[in-house]
Amino acid sequence: MDLTSAPVPPLRPDDHVRGPDDAPLVVVYADFACPHCAVAHARLTAPDAPPLRVVFRHFALKAKHPRAPALAAAAEAAALQGAFWPFHDSLFEDRGRQADPHLWERAERLGLDVERFDRDRRGDAVAERVRRDVREGMRAGVTTTPTLFIEGRPEAGPPTTARLRKVRNEKKHEGVGDPTAGPGKDNSI
Amino acid sequence: MADIIAAGTPAPPFVLRDEQGEEVTNETLRGQTAVLVFYPFAFSPVCTDQFQVYEEVLDEFEAAGAKLYGVSCDATWSQKAFREKLGVSIPMLSDFEPKGAVSRAFGAYFEPGGMSARAIVILDPEGVVQFSWLGEHPGVMPGANVIFDGLAAKA
Repeated sequence: MDLTSAPVPPLRPDDHVRGPDDAPLVVVYADFACPHCAVAHARLTAPDAPPLRVVFRHFALKAKHPRAPALAAAAEAAALQGAFWPFHDSLFEDRGRQADPHLWERAERLGLDVERFDRDRRGDAVAERVRRDVREGMRAGVTTTPTLFIEGRPEAGPPTTARLRKVRNEKKHEGVGDPTAGPGKDNSI
Repeated sequence: MADIIAAGTPAPPFVLRDEQGEEVTNETLRGQTAVLVFYPFAFSPVCTDQFQVYEEVLDEFEAAGAKLYGVSCDATWSQKAFREKLGVSIPMLSDFEPKGAVSRAFGAYFEPGGMSARAIVILDPEGVVQFSWLGEHPGVMPGANVIFDGLAAKA
């Protein structure tokens, strides 16, 4: 795969996105085993966090955190049964329980088909999905987690609440339209 | 900070030490595309991320015909411990004595910190600089994309 520099990819139909449609788009490259990513998650989802439209993409490096690829695959397997965000949230909010039995327990608690979840998380399709995110992140210059792309510009490390509010406020003052209007349009990425 | 060596320049004569204390020179690296990854200090946070990112796509560097080497002014034992702690296989080369001599020769020494700068130098198989990159300060880390851009510069 070509790993030369490239802009962060624009929003795609298979991206994991949540938040109001008219909110500023923030693309997060993260790793479920990364404590700094857990901090970013906490700040993005705090009760007083400003509304943002968050896209999650994987940056799971085995050398950095040996469990990272497995956790990313588990989240993608949950996604195949429509449960990406609940699974994502549970991984960051209970980082002390990330071994396989805990993953099965999470899947069961979320009402997933556990056998299918376990099969999918070990499958090639899920591995390729995670790999795609990691490599595209590398092409966009991601070197650490979390890295947030705000209006196409990377910011490394967990964002402060003040920074998130600034992003929201700048968007309100610009009065920009549809953030998912695709490449070349403001706030697509 | 001195200017990083420019592409097209023959590499200056250099002697580094590998983890076994053996010399690694221009002649040792001739015949391969060698990527010298200069970094400030073993165990510093940014250096940690850097090598783990590169390790993730080592097979793709190899497919591109390139071999990576980390270079810092740390002693070989520190570099070995660092590499093992990181769980990476990228060999480390020591520029310990004379301190920073090779880093300086390549324009990759950060005088205010008394350490190698954060820089990338790619040597072609004939020992000529194919590509070079210097961070605007040691905290700026080159992603894997920077190295692949440098490898593509030859193609």
